[in-house]
Amino acid sequence: MSRQNWLLLLITLLVAGIPLTESRFYIFLGTDILIMGLFAVSLNLLLGYTGLVSFGQGAYFGVGAYTCALLMKKAGLAFPAAFLVSAFAGALAALIIGVFCIRLTKIYFAMLTLAFSQIIWAIAFKWNSLTGGDNGIIGIAFPPYLDSGARFFYFTLAVVVLSLYVLRKVVNSPFGRMLTTIRENPERTEFIGINVKLFQLMSFMISGFFSAIAGALFGIFNHSIFPDILSWPQSAEVLIMTLLGGMYNFFGPFVGTAVMLYLRLQVTSYTQYWPLIMGTILSVLLFFFPGGIMGFLQDLRVFSRGKK
Amino acid sequence: MPEPSFLIIQSLNGLTLAMFLFLIASGLSLIFGILRVLNFAHGSFYMVGAYLTYQFVSLFINAPGYFWWAVIFASCTVALLGGIIERLLLSRLYLREELNQLLFTYALVLILSDFARILWGTEQLSVSRPAVLKGAVDIFGHLFPKYNIFIIFLGPAIALLFWMILNKTRWGRIIRAASLDREMLGSLGVNVNRLFTVVFMIGSWLAGLGGALVSPIAAIVPGMDVEIIIDAFIVVVIGGLGSFWGTLLGSVILGQVVSFGILVFPRLSMVFIYVLMAIVLILRPWGLLGKPSQR
Amino acid sequence: MILRVEKVKKTFDGFTAVNGVSFSLEERETCAIIGPNGAGKTTLFNLITGHIPTDAGRLNFKGTDITHLAPHRICRLGMGRSFQRTNIFPRLTVFENIQAAVLAHKGKGFTFFKPVTPFFRHETMEILERVGLRDYAETTSGSLSYGFQKQLELGIALASEPDLLLLDEPTAGMSAQETHQTIELIGCITREKGLTLLFTEHDMEVVFSISQRILVLYQGRLIAEGTPENIRHNPEVQKVYLGETR
Repeated sequence: MSRQNWLLLLITLLVAGIPLTESRFYIFLGTDILIMGLFAVSLNLLLGYTGLVSFGQGAYFGVGAYTCALLMKKAGLAFPAAFLVSAFAGALAALIIGVFCIRLTKIYFAMLTLAFSQIIWAIAFKWNSLTGGDNGIIGIAFPPYLDSGARFFYFTLAVVVLSLYVLRKVVNSPFGRMLTTIRENPERTEFIGINVKLFQLMSFMISGFFSAIAGALFGIFNHSIFPDILSWPQSAEVLIMTLLGGMYNFFGPFVGTAVMLYLRLQVTSYTQYWPLIMGTILSVLLFFFPGGIMGFLQDLRVFSRGKK
Repeated sequence: MPEPSFLIIQSLNGLTLAMFLFLIASGLSLIFGILRVLNFAHGSFYMVGAYLTYQFVSLFINAPGYFWWAVIFASCTVALLGGIIERLLLSRLYLREELNQLLFTYALVLILSDFARILWGTEQLSVSRPAVLKGAVDIFGHLFPKYNIFIIFLGPAIALLFWMILNKTRWGRIIRAASLDREMLGSLGVNVNRLFTVVFMIGSWLAGLGGALVSPIAAIVPGMDVEIIIDAFIVVVIGGLGSFWGTLLGSVILGQVVSFGILVFPRLSMVFIYVLMAIVLILRPWGLLGKPSQR
Repeated sequence: MILRVEKVKKTFDGFTAVNGVSFSLEERETCAIIGPNGAGKTTLFNLITGHIPTDAGRLNFKGTDITHLAPHRICRLGMGRSFQRTNIFPRLTVFENIQAAVLAHKGKGFTFFKPVTPFFRHETMEILERVGLRDYAETTSGSLSYGFQKQLELGIALASEPDLLLLDEPTAGMSAQETHQTIELIGCITREKGLTLLFTEHDMEVVFSISQRILVLYQGRLIAEGTPENIRHNPEVQKVYLGETR
């Protein structure tokens, strides 16, 4: 096993030890980071690997969260089934939205993803009978056999590790390589015989699938869902976390999420001006550390040439 | 079936909203057309314009014409702020990919929004209308505020002013040329850096002016920046990014849709404007009056 | 006949870039398209490769009508191309650049769960060797010098194992020595693989030294066609190039 994989195994074992501390705070933070980290990594499949800037990833996160919660509460579906269905719901939403967005480039692509996510947000906001409107859905309980913070943490850890394993395999596969060539130069990729739009759409769907998984976990973790998870400031926040960690590195978004969520917890206990801090961090990133944390560390040669 | 007079009042409301949208969206469109930057912080300039107007009004309250002085000072301060931001910060990102510039403008939104909170708190502020425009007129049996009528006339006046500048002056020609082919300008001896700063300042000034003028009739609160920027995006998408007349058309359309939508489909109106945005992007991405070649 | 271009036309916003151009290419031919700047050479290439749609006319490649075919399908039929401004994958290494093209050509793009690194190492190194970039395999391609990037471009085009190779100004911006090396290389590969070559150039020495046939484009129209000797003495061509010294 390579050095990098040993390191990952070590980190995973350390993380798995968190519930042993019996600290509700760390279990809570740990679950939060795992879930949002998965979301960020799935966003980065589109952004860092395929080169598509999407402002509306929150849509699939939200679709996953709402689908899972609604199926469990209103349709009485058992958790495993609801969970799986919501993942595929995310992929389906991504397929439908993606088919329209893929036809556009750059700024128009970004605006259309924003428009679609706003549509879904507005629907969640207004369709009171289904989604509870801006009162949201509350009282989502832990599933029967995962009924404690620690147990749900382990479940989340397992799901996230598995998801990351799959995503990493995809990213390092020939398919993943085709995505990076599309990122680098879509015109050239077209003329090495690749149907660029098809690959972009597939990337969109895979990203939607895992974002929905993160969303489903999120809904249960928080025992409630409100429409604001679909709003674009939320999507923007995840984007910033991804950039903070470094978008050209597989684990970058995860690192960025961990740092940002921890920072947010600390900062918000002192001041209400977290957006100001976040905006400053983003600016510093953009001007001085375009590669994010992982990019910076790679430049320092702390890690050998990382996976691209 | 509502009475015709009611419909007229509603469409006048829609026009009032449209004029504000036009002020902000035209600045956004101008900045995008020349600098190719989609300025998220445009709504923040609007908000700062409103807050500054409140501040200047309290400062000048005893002077004659205090409201108008406040509007002038507020909008020009915003223009200055925009110029400083562009020259010192934004311009350093021009050589990078567009995502960087976009994200920086978003960082500005976060920063400016909290600055407003720090300086002015979260309570809703308001400014009273200038004495000469207080009161309302009777239109077909309904009362319509004089201030709003002023806005409805001011909008096209400013549009006309800008149209004349764009078409009849040297700077205007340069700006129009810049929107078509930036790279050429440098080789024609135009100081492109200065052009960018000036354009950004003009755009910011328009946003600040919009905020200043809206202060008597809208709530000055944190959150007004986010609200208006999305509407502005919708306007420029519908009208066409970079198209002057498109922005005017888009503003009028959105203004009416919002004004009537709230009455006709209260639950769906919010969804509808985003659906409209999506439909335009899907069927005609360059907007109603934009050109397909301008991608 | 490997390529037939029939009365192809393209207009942009009222400006006709290509106006009813017709010609055909035989297999294994080396043919150059020349003409002053703005004559429509790159547009013609873009029409042939499917990057922009034609307004009128037909295109036939190896017996298949490709007039309305998407670029990636045309590529799969056996057409390769290099671009005027270097079109490589800057953040990938030289090796990865070529490997990607090989992967695409061999249809392995939909493999999801195997690691990519060992795929087609042999074929990729062969191509790298052929274009003289073997020592730079692990270099980030974006940091290569201009000349090497052009060589990489050629490598990427070759990885698709094309029957027809379109090269858009392959020696643009090169020194005399680099030009000579590039032309040697192209000539070698063309003969080796039996390729049909269609290229545009401004360097007349290059054009006259390796082409078997020359097409002259001026203001979107084909004004002359023939062997280098014919073209050299063609009065129309001389008029068009009056003032252009090389």
